[in-house]
Amino acid sequence: MTILIKGAGVAGLTAAFALVRRGHTVTLLDPADPGMGASHYAGGMLAPWCEGETAPAVVVDAGEQAIGWWDEALPGLVERKGTLLVAPARDQSELERFARRTRRHEWLDEAGIAELEPALAGRFRRGLFFRDEAHLDPRPALAALLEALTRKGVKILRHANERAFAQVIDCTGRAAIQPGSQLRGVRGEMLYLKTDEIALSRPVRLLHPRIPLYVVPRGEGRFMVGATMIESEHDGPISARSLMELLNAAYTLHPAFGEAEVIETGTGIRPAYADNIPRITGSDRHLAINGMYRHGFLMAPALAEDLAVRLEAEPQRRSATA
Amino acid sequence: MLTLYGTQLASRLLLGTARYPSPAIMEAAIRASGTEIVTVSLRRETAGGGRGGQFFETIRALGVHVLPNTAGCHTSKEAILTARMARDLFATDWVKLEVIGHHDTLQPDVFALVEAARELCADGFKVFPYTTADLVVAEKLLEAGCQVLMPGASPIGSARGLVDPAALVSVRAHFPDVPLIVDAGLGRPSHAAQAMELGYDAVLLNTAVAGAADPVAMARAFASAIDAGHAGYRAGLLEPRDMAVPSTPVIGKAVFA
Repeated sequence: MTILIKGAGVAGLTAAFALVRRGHTVTLLDPADPGMGASHYAGGMLAPWCEGETAPAVVVDAGEQAIGWWDEALPGLVERKGTLLVAPARDQSELERFARRTRRHEWLDEAGIAELEPALAGRFRRGLFFRDEAHLDPRPALAALLEALTRKGVKILRHANERAFAQVIDCTGRAAIQPGSQLRGVRGEMLYLKTDEIALSRPVRLLHPRIPLYVVPRGEGRFMVGATMIESEHDGPISARSLMELLNAAYTLHPAFGEAEVIETGTGIRPAYADNIPRITGSDRHLAINGMYRHGFLMAPALAEDLAVRLEAEPQRRSATA
Repeated sequence: MLTLYGTQLASRLLLGTARYPSPAIMEAAIRASGTEIVTVSLRRETAGGGRGGQFFETIRALGVHVLPNTAGCHTSKEAILTARMARDLFATDWVKLEVIGHHDTLQPDVFALVEAARELCADGFKVFPYTTADLVVAEKLLEAGCQVLMPGASPIGSARGLVDPAALVSVRAHFPDVPLIVDAGLGRPSHAAQAMELGYDAVLLNTAVAGAADPVAMARAFASAIDAGHAGYRAGLLEPRDMAVPSTPVIGKAVFA
């Protein structure tokens, strides 16, 4: 069967990878450069238990599988170092609340935090450590997926005639947000800082009453700081308020970030369904994976595998009912 | 029935729309609460002058009254501009007027509040001011044209409940005919019941429901507490006494023994 996957972001590339691995012939279609949609601005945190604070169990379960999936697909790119969660002294009750809502974590005292992240020694009295979580850098990860696919003969086209394919999978993300699609856009803003004055080994989350703020080390003194959550499909530049909130979070984590260079800011529009849970929709020849919300790297592997299983089951079902 | 600016309402709960785990849960919580008024923050949910897209469509489709708020505004000018944007966007002249004066406690700047209220009332807005329990400020808001007052119970989002019940009692006593809504700081259903027992006409919440582990169940719990508190107030509450008062007569018991 020849399959066309529209959209080469995290949803499209993982779907392609899962299908090619099962021997399908796949072509990718993206009018823009691959991985340049919302995926480009992702945090790449594989943090299912942290997300469980607000996300339903289905996201936590799928996310748990995602860590192994990425590690197997792209050996060496997944950092299994856990997630550290801290809160300013005045927001200690937020930390308690977070702990009550999540599992697979352990409490750390000042010494425990210093042992994990020496740069944060003496800055926070208590923290939560999610030992089993992981992270990856989305940009090299998607580039590596694309390279692996290309090696296996997958073509990536900017234009294609859909009718030439037996099966079309729509993974266009934001472009699929249309009236009647049930999808909406959730704006996310992020920035990159560069400094050699501080080093972190794992994503550090800072509890904030409104948005999940995190600082993810990307190597070579670069840190990604994200991400806002705004109910809007406007993809214009980061707002001053968001910039202030993100920088303030980084500065609260460590004042050395105050001296860092802001090397990039970015805005992505994350497609989401009303329940913020991604899903496979459509039937027969036309299927779609969408609604990744802020869980693209966490949810895409499970959806890609579900899709592959479904495509394998369907021809049988069709012949059985014929 | 509760009457706010001529609109009759069966529910005495006003519910905010921020910080739910998802729009689907928000919608279910709003329905479960039975509320007829939802507040919507314009500044927080728009970016680049965008029209908010699907999120606002979801709110409009709920079929309840929308009370846009000016959350996040720090000057009267900013609040007035936001109120006017909201009027266009939601086709309503209602506005919850919030002018923040202190960054950490989110206490209202009552001077800028009165100033903004005066201008907005003159412009035909029906203003719901988020204020303190200060009687003088309350007087000035009424003079400015407000027909509803919304004193806070404790700092926004703090879940501390009624930190100064005596001040709220005093506002109720001084303005017996003005609809009074306790806005901000409630964390538990018992806080809402307590506000209603003081004779308040309604309560406004957001975080207590949106931040609960199960927002839908919490919305229902608050609705019940508000009903109970209001019914209790209407039924006439007993004043606390210093000594025990037996519920059965003691004198004369021997006669029937």
